[in-house]
Formats: sequence, C-alpha cells, structure tokens
Amino acid sequence: MSEYQRKHKRKKRLILFTQLAIFILFITVWELLAKHGMINTFITSSPSNIIKTIINLYNTNNLFNHIWVTLYETILAFTLTLIISILISIILYKSDFLAKVIDPYLTLLNSLPKVALGPILIIWIGANEKSIITMGILITIIVSIQSIYNGFKNTPPIKIKLMKTFNASNRDIFLKLVFPQNIRTIVNTLKINTALCLVGIIMGEFLTSKAGIGYLILYGSQVFNLDLVMAGIFILIILSILIYKIITYIEKRLEKY
Amino acid sequence: MDTLVQIKNLNKIYESSDGNVIALNNINFDIHKNEFLTIIGSSGCGKSTILNILDGIDKDYNGKIILDKDIKIGYMLQEDALFEWLTVEENALLGLKILKKLNKETKNYTINLLDKYGLKDFKDKYPKSLSGGMRQRVALIRTLATKPDVLLMDEPFSALDYQTRLQVSDDVYRIIKEENTTVVMVSHDLAESISMSDRIIVLSKRPGKVKKIYTITLTNKSTPIENRKAKEFAYYYDALWKDLDKNV
Ligand SMILES: Nc1ncnc2c1ncn2[C@@H]1O[C@H](COP(=O)(O)OP(=O)(O)O)[C@@H](O)[C@H]1O
Ligand SMILES: [Mg+2]
Repeated sequence: MSEYQRKHKRKKRLILFTQLAIFILFITVWELLAKHGMINTFITSSPSNIIKTIINLYNTNNLFNHIWVTLYETILAFTLTLIISILISIILYKSDFLAKVIDPYLTLLNSLPKVALGPILIIWIGANEKSIITMGILITIIVSIQSIYNGFKNTPPIKIKLMKTFNASNRDIFLKLVFPQNIRTIVNTLKINTALCLVGIIMGEFLTSKAGIGYLILYGSQVFNLDLVMAGIFILIILSILIYKIITYIEKRLEKY
Repeated sequence: MDTLVQIKNLNKIYESSDGNVIALNNINFDIHKNEFLTIIGSSGCGKSTILNILDGIDKDYNGKIILDKDIKIGYMLQEDALFEWLTVEENALLGLKILKKLNKETKNYTINLLDKYGLKDFKDKYPKSLSGGMRQRVALIRTLATKPDVLLMDEPFSALDYQTRLQVSDDVYRIIKEENTTVVMVSHDLAESISMSDRIIVLSKRPGKVKKIYTITLTNKSTPIENRKAKEFAYYYDALWKDLDKNV
C-alpha cells in the first residue's frame, strides 16, 4: 500500500469514527439529561424509554404486525406505481400526439402537493387501506412516468437506425432495444420512488388507518405518548434504511455490463 | 462486369418545418460485383442519405434504385451502436435474430467470424471491455453475419484515433476481401479512400451531385497501408484534393 492510499484509508476511518461518535454522544446526552430530570421526558421521551416501548410492542405481538402493514402497503403501492408508470410510458412513447397533449397536465399534477388530495381520497375511495395505497401511488407516479418516458424517448437514434437496417418491427425495436436500454433508468426511478412511496404511505396512515407505523405515530401523539411517537419514528428510520439497502443490492446485481 | 445495383436519377429533398433541404440532385451510378466503391464529399453533401436510400430505410425519394435479382444489402453505420447489455456474441447475432434468420448454420458462421477475426476470447464479454477497433470489428461481423451481397459502410473509421484507424482499415479490408463482399463506403478521408477503393465517386457540395468518378489503378495493389506507398497515390490524392477543394 502506498503512502497516499494509507493516508486515504486513515481519513476514511476517521470520518466513520466521528460519525459514530456523534451518534453515541447524542444518544448518551439525551439519556443522561432525561435521567437527571433536566429535560421533560413527557415531551422528549428518552432512548431507554424508546427501547422499552419497542420491547413492549414486541411482547404484545404488535411490533411486527405494524411493521408488516406499512411494509406491505409500501411494496404494493410501489409495485403498482412501477407497473402503471411503465404502461403509461409505453402508451406515451407510442403516441407522440398524446404525449404532447398530456405534458402540461403532468407538470401541473406534479407541482400539486399530493397531501391535499387526501380528504378527497377518503371520500371517493373510503377510509380504508385502498386510500393509503392510492396515496402512496399518487405521490410517486407522475415523476415515475416522466422519467421512464424521457428514458424511452432518449434512446440513441443510431441504435434505432441499426434496428431498422435489420427491418425490425416497432415491437422488436421496443422489446429488444428501448426497454432493455432503459432498465437502468427504471431502477434509478425505483430508488427515488421507494423513499417517496414510504412518505405517501405514512401520510395515508395519518389520514386513516388501524395499524402501521404511521398509525403508531399518530395514535401516540393523540394520547400524548411521546415514547410511542419516538419509537415509531425510530422504526421508520430502520425500515427506510432497509428498503434502501435492498434497492442498492438490486442495482448492484444489474451492474454487470 | 456484373452490375449489382443501378442508381438512376436519384433525387432527395428533406422536408422540415423550417424549410426544405435539397440533399441529392440527380445522382447516377452503378455498383459492380466485388468492387470496393467509395463515395467522398464534404460534410453535409448527402453521403449518408445515399446509403440510407440504398439500404431501404429511407423510402422517401425520387428516382430509381434497380437491384439485381433479390440481392441483400447490409449496412454498417457511422457508430458501432453495440448494445451494452448484450455480450459480444449476442451483439454479433442481433441482426440474424431480428431478421429471424438465426439457426444453427448462421450462428456457427457468425461465431466462426468472431473466432477468425480476433474476438475468440471476448465472445462472452460485454462491449465495454473492448477497444475501439474491436468494437468496430464486432459491428462489421454483426452485418456480415447476414451475408449481404452489398455492404454499405458509413465512415466506418471516423470514431477511431489515427493509429487505430490505419490498423482497423487494414483489418476491415482483409475481412471484406476474404468474405468476398461488394462494398460501398462513405468517407471524407482522401488517403483512406485511395488506399482501399477500386473506384471513387466524388460528390459536389450540397445538393450532392456526382462530380467525377475515378477508377483507381495502383501498381502492386495489396493492403491499404501498403497501397499508400504506391507511386500513383500522390497523383490521385492531388486530383481528389483539387476536386474537393473547389467544392468548399
Ligand atoms: N432528417 C433530416 N431532416 C432534414 N435535413 C436533413 C436530415 N438528414 C440530413 N439532412 C440534411 O441533408 C444534408 C445531407 O445530409 P447527410 O446525407 O447526412 O450528409 P453527409 O452524410 O454527407 O454528411 C445535410 O445538409 C443535412 O443537414
Ligand atoms: Mg454522414
């Protein structure tokens, strides 16, 4: 190892160490302040209370149920978004006219804060899980369509010309070129979507739910149980890291070419 | 001399929202069996347009293209356009697959070409691990795999640096001669054209017209790199250079 590499490695380790130190310091100070009554745990909760709450949830068999509900809603909304946005992108790719007509509407819908549609969803779809999943879809679908459609559109013309020199049908051009060319774009869209989708689901759960992490947080705040609220947020952080890791793994697997 | 293709009174106008562009103006020439024919002309004079029409991907023109019997035409584009997600072998077989001509025999023929022309150890690799010259060879084999009677090449070496370019033009020339293919190449490199061609068509600047047709006769004709040493080389270079110069 060269001097430069060694230096580089040392620097990286130092960064990681500092990051961990900040985290541990933060937790410790929080816990100590709580323990000695210097902050009001009724409002701030404390690390040990959060852990106790999570263990409690686990013992009453609720923990994994709540996690599963949120995870399931997220995966469902996410999968549906993926399928719908690919289908719509294909339609727009096939019809330039439609794509041009619809473009300003997409931009308009995209700039609209989707939360505002919550109450309408409840009235139209009902106070049930369907509304939550629809919320998850709504928040991600426009961006998905726009980026997948743009990907399709930006397929290098030289490759399309190549396909035509082999008398390729439009179907062949799409299936053998445009779609595989854009797998990367689609995976990248997925990566952005998962985080957003989770946001949509939590928002949906705030509006109407009987279980899920959003439910825990909302319920906790309503009965002024800040331990429960913080525990919910903590679980949410773990969950989003987990989802992110899974997507990164999928991305790596596709990296072969 | 067998004539494979006759081009008669070919005219082409591109219509677009900001006006029409007359790209080709009454082009006439023949393509002879087994010849290496090069079309040269300044940039934008309509060279690619001629190849697009000959290949059949552009059907919007005036004039006549008369093909001998039902000869097949292959087209090697200006860029290699390899698909990054396919292996070298899959790329080479792409044309056959799309033309629905992929069978044991055509597949073996293609793999044989890969083996023969220095890609044996790269068949299962992805294009990103190939050099520029190798990529160009894969692109050529992808077209040759369909056994075209006439091979069209649009500035096949323009993406390569000078050193590679000389070597790759030698490689490509050898492959074409060994596989007995008739070639129409587009170029704007004079030395390259003289060193490879049997005939050279000079186009005028836009709208492209046939300005002159040269038959290249070199003493001791061999590979493109060697041909550059022939004593007639300078004469052709000078003549072509003057033709092009008056264009611009
Ligand atoms: N699709 C198109 N629409 C409008 N004009 C075009 C189109 N393709 C080419 N042209 C124009 O036609 C002329 C000839 O183009 P091209 O055959 O590509 O030239 P070359 O290959 O000799 O450089 C150029 O001036 C170019 O700008
Ligand atoms: Mg061109």
